[in-house]
Amino acid sequence: MNGPRVPLFLERQSYRRRRLVDASRAVPVFGIILFFVPLLWPQPEPGEATGLAERGIYLFLAWGLLVAVTGVISVRLQSRLQEGAPEERAEGKDVL
Amino acid sequence: MSFDLLVSVSLVYVGLLFVIAYWAERRALRGGVRWLRSPLVYTLSLSIYCTAWTFYGAVGYASRSGLEFLTIYIGPTLVLIGWWWCLRKLVRIGRSQRITSIADLISSRYGKSALLGGMVTVIAVVGTTPYLALQLQSVTLSFGVFAEGTPGSFPVPDQRATAIWVAGGMAVFAILFGTRNVDANERHHGVVTAIALEALVKLFALLAVGSFIVWGVAGGIGEVAARINASPLAEIPLDRSRWLALIFVSGAAILVLPRMFQVLVVENEDERHLATASWAFPLYLAAMSVFVIPIAAVGMSELPSWANPDLFVLTLPLAHGHDMLALLAFLGGFSSATSMVIVAAIALATMISNHIVLPLWLSLRAEAPGNLRAVLLTSRRLSIAGVLALGYVYYVWSGGGRELAAIGFVSFTGVVQVMPAAVGGIFWRGATRIGAAAGVSLGAAVWAYTLFLPSFGEGVVFSAATFADGPFGIGWLRPHALFGIEGLDPVVHSVIWSMAVNCAGFLLGSIASFPTPVERLQGAQFVNVFDYSRGPRGWSQSKAEAEDLLIMAQRILGPREAQDLFAAEARIQGKAGFLPDTTPDFLDRLERELAGSVGAATAHAMIGQIAIGTTVSVEDLMAVADEAAQIMEHSIQLQAKSEELSRTARQLREANQKLTELSVQKDSFLGQISHELRTPMTSIRAFSEILMDSEGMEAQERQRFAAIIHDEAQRLTRLLDALLDLSVLEHGQASLNRESVRLRDVIARALAATGSINPDRGLAVRRDTLDEDILICTDTDRLAQVFINIIANARKYCDAAEPQLRIAVQRRGGKVSVDFIDNGSGIPVQSQSVIFEKFCRLSDQSAAGSAGLGLAICREIMQKLGGAITYLPGQGGAAFRVTLPVESAEKAA
Repeated sequence: MNGPRVPLFLERQSYRRRRLVDASRAVPVFGIILFFVPLLWPQPEPGEATGLAERGIYLFLAWGLLVAVTGVISVRLQSRLQEGAPEERAEGKDVL
Repeated sequence: MSFDLLVSVSLVYVGLLFVIAYWAERRALRGGVRWLRSPLVYTLSLSIYCTAWTFYGAVGYASRSGLEFLTIYIGPTLVLIGWWWCLRKLVRIGRSQRITSIADLISSRYGKSALLGGMVTVIAVVGTTPYLALQLQSVTLSFGVFAEGTPGSFPVPDQRATAIWVAGGMAVFAILFGTRNVDANERHHGVVTAIALEALVKLFALLAVGSFIVWGVAGGIGEVAARINASPLAEIPLDRSRWLALIFVSGAAILVLPRMFQVLVVENEDERHLATASWAFPLYLAAMSVFVIPIAAVGMSELPSWANPDLFVLTLPLAHGHDMLALLAFLGGFSSATSMVIVAAIALATMISNHIVLPLWLSLRAEAPGNLRAVLLTSRRLSIAGVLALGYVYYVWSGGGRELAAIGFVSFTGVVQVMPAAVGGIFWRGATRIGAAAGVSLGAAVWAYTLFLPSFGEGVVFSAATFADGPFGIGWLRPHALFGIEGLDPVVHSVIWSMAVNCAGFLLGSIASFPTPVERLQGAQFVNVFDYSRGPRGWSQSKAEAEDLLIMAQRILGPREAQDLFAAEARIQGKAGFLPDTTPDFLDRLERELAGSVGAATAHAMIGQIAIGTTVSVEDLMAVADEAAQIMEHSIQLQAKSEELSRTARQLREANQKLTELSVQKDSFLGQISHELRTPMTSIRAFSEILMDSEGMEAQERQRFAAIIHDEAQRLTRLLDALLDLSVLEHGQASLNRESVRLRDVIARALAATGSINPDRGLAVRRDTLDEDILICTDTDRLAQVFINIIANARKYCDAAEPQLRIAVQRRGGKVSVDFIDNGSGIPVQSQSVIFEKFCRLSDQSAAGSAGLGLAICREIMQKLGGAITYLPGQGGAAFRVTLPVESAEKAA
């Protein structure tokens, strides 16, 4: 699929952009790990309280962390997408 | 608070939405859409994910299942923060392929399959109808809350009447702003702006109620945390299987829910907005859900146990006497319901009109549609009304009594059946129409059997016995325990089974089938969308450039015709020069003109390329290919025809040449004939005239003249006999009397017959009678005629002092040859080739009485007898060889 002339290395600007894309791809993986933590929580015995407030706070903190990380990556990625040449934006090729 | 106030506030609010939507449409028309289409508006428009289910139902859900309600937000959050994986591609495909709905995406990916589009539409309608009913129910319930809160001040709070009014109002709004035009892009600026405003209202309302509860009622975060931990909520265990299944279902649903697809993909103005939404929308979801647990906990402790937890958002402020806050909450809930209903109705109407009504309409009407636009608009308006009517009917039928959340998951699980075909289609080129249809239909069937039909309750569709023992007592077919797998939550059970069957059908169907060419092209374009499309591109349609059109038209029509056409059009428009405005009428005319030259599909594609700036669609290409194929076939036929024609012409030329030759031959023959006839006739006439005038002529003299006349007449007779004979032979009318005879006898007969010619010159004949002892089967008279002719010639023309003729008979292969060789001077080389022609006489000194037809007749006779007569050179004299086929000889023997 790749054209005949695919550069093996990229200049700094493009390199950073590709690492941002990597980060952007990795965020949901961390999100899944964070949001699957409740599966590890012990089930409450009948009549026993679970510390629901703390558990809720954990989930919202995780949520906030994901939003913040995604926000930072997306804003940077967005500005670089605007700078990049059209074919750079297309990002079809896997080049480092 | 009076009912009138509530109604007037609602009406004022709806009026405000109308004004905002109208204003946004006007702004968009004038091109001032920059901030209207900001990433913020895009993000807020996504908030239609948060329906009245979220606004009211989340609190009720939390009070029953604890933290589990978060799953319906966590799923979409994961999908949004992972936008680079899937959403980005979906949006890019939607923009480059001009996708109008989720049904269009699937239909288009799988080779523009009308069947798949229809299937997805039906599933979407079935899956969305309960959801619409849910919205009507929540608005109606919220009206009812105010009625209960202030008894006496309300007129009769007829729930059904309220629901009708709500449904009707939403239909009017959706029709007004959703079907204003049939834009190729299917973007609705007015609606999007209005729902963005509604998103702000519902967020603000929920945050206001939440803040009031936390700080106004409970007295701070610490207090609320303590109340939460002390509430019954804290004792609810977390169902792990539901946690996983519901995160999956809600994450998948945000991709394929018709209304979410509409705002996420279809209404997307700029791909980069997705980058903002990727963090802003999860933030919005978190904000919408952060106060849900506190409200539930406080509501459960403060309100009586019979209070519906689904309505805590309204009843808590009312219970504390904050009517205005309750009104705000009411508007929030109202916003959630209306925005969802309007977008869902528009999305479904687009799908119904494009994938059900239009295909049916086109297939029912054979002739080309005149005004498709009117049909589309009408069918969309009717569809919106129909969809809302369905929702109302479902609401009335279901009695509006069940929990909001339960209906929501039935709906989600149904719509998610589309997900494998959609996501598989954009990542896997091997996915085929058969696979998609198999997956979607099997998954939908399992969903209907295990979740949708049972959701109506026992005794409605399935009897209690069916639930307990399975249909007809078949235990492993129990709707909630397929194949005996018991103990699962019904939703989890349905999700696992339907997705397993769906994915299996999709995979196996795709692997086993072979895609059509359009399917393969579409598959490549979808899966490799980043290779084929440019980066983010504005949707501002570039106006058709008259000059570009002129350049193109000149290439196709020729410069003068194209310039005339353009100049005429410019004159009609009242302009001077060659460049008219590119009005639709003109484009149509130009396209027709071009179509006359290059075919309709090509012309359409070419005009489209310049006028609309789009890429050629696969269908256009296929149509071009079809036309090209037709043209090629046509040209092949033409070529075959022209070959045939040239073959015929060649045959005609040959025939003509033959005829000309024959005509020349005939002319020369006639010339010769008349010459041959005239010579004796002249002498006959001359001598007969002399005889007539001879008074004193001597008897002897008269006798001599009469003898001459007699001789000439005889010569004429011979000539005519020979001519007749030749004519008979040449025209194949001569009949042959075949009989067995010895060659020796024929030769002897010929020798005897010629004995009287030139008897004074003794011709010595040498023959070997042993060799001649061959039995042949032939026409004896004719063969003898040939021999006589040859021997007579030898007698007449052999100029040797002691003439002799040698007759040699030989068997050569399958033939018998008889050579007649004399010892004269023979025939000169240059004459050898013509001696068999008619009227050929080599000399006329001793040829009195010869017509020059003898050898020609011989040749004809020998051909008739299956043999040949040839001149044999190099024998020291004139030599003729007569060949007879041996078959006739052997047959006789």
